[in-house]
Amino acid sequence: MYKILEKTSLNPTVTRMVIDAPRVAQKAQAGMFIILRVDEDGERIPLTIADYDGKNGTVTIIFQIVGATTHKLNRLNAGDFICDFVGPLGNPTELDNLKKVAVIGGGVGCAIAYPTAKALHRKGATVHSVIGFRNKDLVILKDEFDAVSDKLVLMSDDGSAGRKGLVTDALKSLIEQGNTYDEVIAIGPLVMMKFVCKLTKEYGIKTIVSMNPIMIDGTGMCGGCRLTVGGEMKFACVDGPDFDGHLVDFDEAIERGRMYAEFEKKAYEKECNLLKGGN
Amino acid sequence: MANLSKQKNDMPVQDPKVRAKNFDEVALGYTEQQAKDEAERCLNCKNKPCSAGCPVGIDIPAFIQKIKDGDYEGAYQVIAKSSSLAAVCGRVCPQETQCESKCVRGKNGEPVAIGRLERFVADYHNAHKSKNVNKPESNGHRVAVVGSGPAGLSCAGELCSRGYDVTVFEALHTAGGVLVYGIPEFRLPKKIVADEIENLRARGVKFEVNTVIGRTLLVDELFEDGYEAVFIGSGAGLPNFMKIKGEDLNGVYSANEFLTRVNLMKAYKGGADTPIKHSKTVAVVGGGNVAMDATRCALRLGAERVVLVYRRSEAELPARKEEVEHAKEEGVEFMMLTAPVEVLGDEHKNVRALLCQKMELGEPDASGRRRPVPVPNSEFELEVDTVIAAIGTSPNPLIKNTTPGIDVQKWGGIITDENGKTTRDMVYAGGDAVTGAATVILAMGAGKDAAEQIDRKLRMQN
Repeated sequence: MYKILEKTSLNPTVTRMVIDAPRVAQKAQAGMFIILRVDEDGERIPLTIADYDGKNGTVTIIFQIVGATTHKLNRLNAGDFICDFVGPLGNPTELDNLKKVAVIGGGVGCAIAYPTAKALHRKGATVHSVIGFRNKDLVILKDEFDAVSDKLVLMSDDGSAGRKGLVTDALKSLIEQGNTYDEVIAIGPLVMMKFVCKLTKEYGIKTIVSMNPIMIDGTGMCGGCRLTVGGEMKFACVDGPDFDGHLVDFDEAIERGRMYAEFEKKAYEKECNLLKGGN
Repeated sequence: MANLSKQKNDMPVQDPKVRAKNFDEVALGYTEQQAKDEAERCLNCKNKPCSAGCPVGIDIPAFIQKIKDGDYEGAYQVIAKSSSLAAVCGRVCPQETQCESKCVRGKNGEPVAIGRLERFVADYHNAHKSKNVNKPESNGHRVAVVGSGPAGLSCAGELCSRGYDVTVFEALHTAGGVLVYGIPEFRLPKKIVADEIENLRARGVKFEVNTVIGRTLLVDELFEDGYEAVFIGSGAGLPNFMKIKGEDLNGVYSANEFLTRVNLMKAYKGGADTPIKHSKTVAVVGGGNVAMDATRCALRLGAERVVLVYRRSEAELPARKEEVEHAKEEGVEFMMLTAPVEVLGDEHKNVRALLCQKMELGEPDASGRRRPVPVPNSEFELEVDTVIAAIGTSPNPLIKNTTPGIDVQKWGGIITDENGKTTRDMVYAGGDAVTGAATVILAMGAGKDAAEQIDRKLRMQN
């Protein structure tokens, strides 16, 4: 059992939890993920590590309340326990030898982009961050990004926070302004990553994306998280989760992500009804 | 009075029509009378050919004699000297190619049903065992076991009996390895695996789940932490795919994923959160026990048509005969001499059919089996909404990649010497991690042998 030490609501759909998991914390690095199971009958879901503190033995996760499991998780509070919490899994993001990087975060993907921006900043790299949200109510981690970025551009779909537009618009203007990046790191919805990659390909800038597909074990055993990267089958859990975005078949990944959409919808409705009954 | 019947006692089973709709155990086990009657068929041969056919060398005539005497607990104790997982092996061992294949009675009739007797004895023991366990006295030396499948469990059990302080590390949230994620409930009830693990726990073996060696902890750190030896029984968990077009369509599973969802995550039960596709028509590609398990799980989840697609003929099916028969009785369709060519999808990238081609048997290949060769212009579409690839697994490279000094074969198997020692001092390995996908009992044998070698080495050093 793993204790929830802190719980904060970052916006109405995104929650941050600090979990007591010393062994995971000691090995965690930016880009790696954990798998958790809320209770005995729960499913295993992967979440990328948002922050970690090896000394205090804590791991921070930030999740969007999108399905039955994240809904269930969100019902727990500080002091409660999560049944299983395993990791850190996957490979850390490679940050060595990068001098100037654009870090792009979309929605809850910012939770994963932030530790990367922070790690780059600590290594002395110039960090330009572009973070995008649907509207001002959904903005998360703006101050945190500000503290580790040499330049921060906030975008929103409706213009209610920062500039109106997509992260790709902001990235394009940064490039057009003459900024040259060793690498672009993009983390967010698949569609966002797809279009960031399309843009950076035009400019020939290497782009790393973090993939978070459906998976069970996270150690290479199920093959459920397979992706096509450069025409080859890769497992996100052991070969990734970071990949060269210019080689990822995003359209296929988007379709695979829909595999259980119907089941998810029903499970979510059931979970919500349970909640209504409980209150 | 010796039983001279040429036939072994039939195993009572659930009716095929009934069991094809439930996940309860198929084989129901011998009654006491059946067990005694079957035991009387044993000739108690002095040279014990059956024991020579057992990978862990159980004294088979001795345990059968105890059954004849009505001393079932005594029979269990005979088995327990050589095997720590009798209830499991009595169910899933391929006895027909091991102990039973050497039985003298088999020369003129059917061999003694050794596996069924082992199961009877183990079930008797579990139903009647006393709550007091003999906890071996600790010798103060610590050994780490990586993986809680058959190899790890038997290694841990043997080391524990020899007085070692053993900790088993498991990556998943439940101990048991392939016994819980792979083999389905109807063939090996999870309660039996849980009981065996509870037995080990009661005897002092510690289990740490949710701990991935190579990620959460490294082998080097286990030594730093004071473990004096490490046994790697991490199995062969990486699924092979068919390497044909369309494998990334929705509705294509590795058998590992499909079985893990069903077994470990209990997707067959209402109330479990893990989703699984409830398919109408399923093609399972492969011919081993895992393929049989996948077909039978798919049936039980409600599929109307389940087809086993295998490129050789029925004679070459690597699965146990009993599993093949059970699958057939339950309604699985066997499409032999058929190979998959491409998975075809609809506009939403869901599987709509498996494009197959007919095969014929040519000259024997390296495995000694006749090589299947395609029949020209024999392609046809098999309409299915789900395709499950059950074509084998390979060892996971995680430990090799994170442990300096451990050499592996080209295909990933850990290299060991005749004592089960890897190329790194005090690191031993056994089971599928060394041999590639094989059987529960071979893994158990390797785990037990490695435990003996670890004991010998540590005694020499201390």
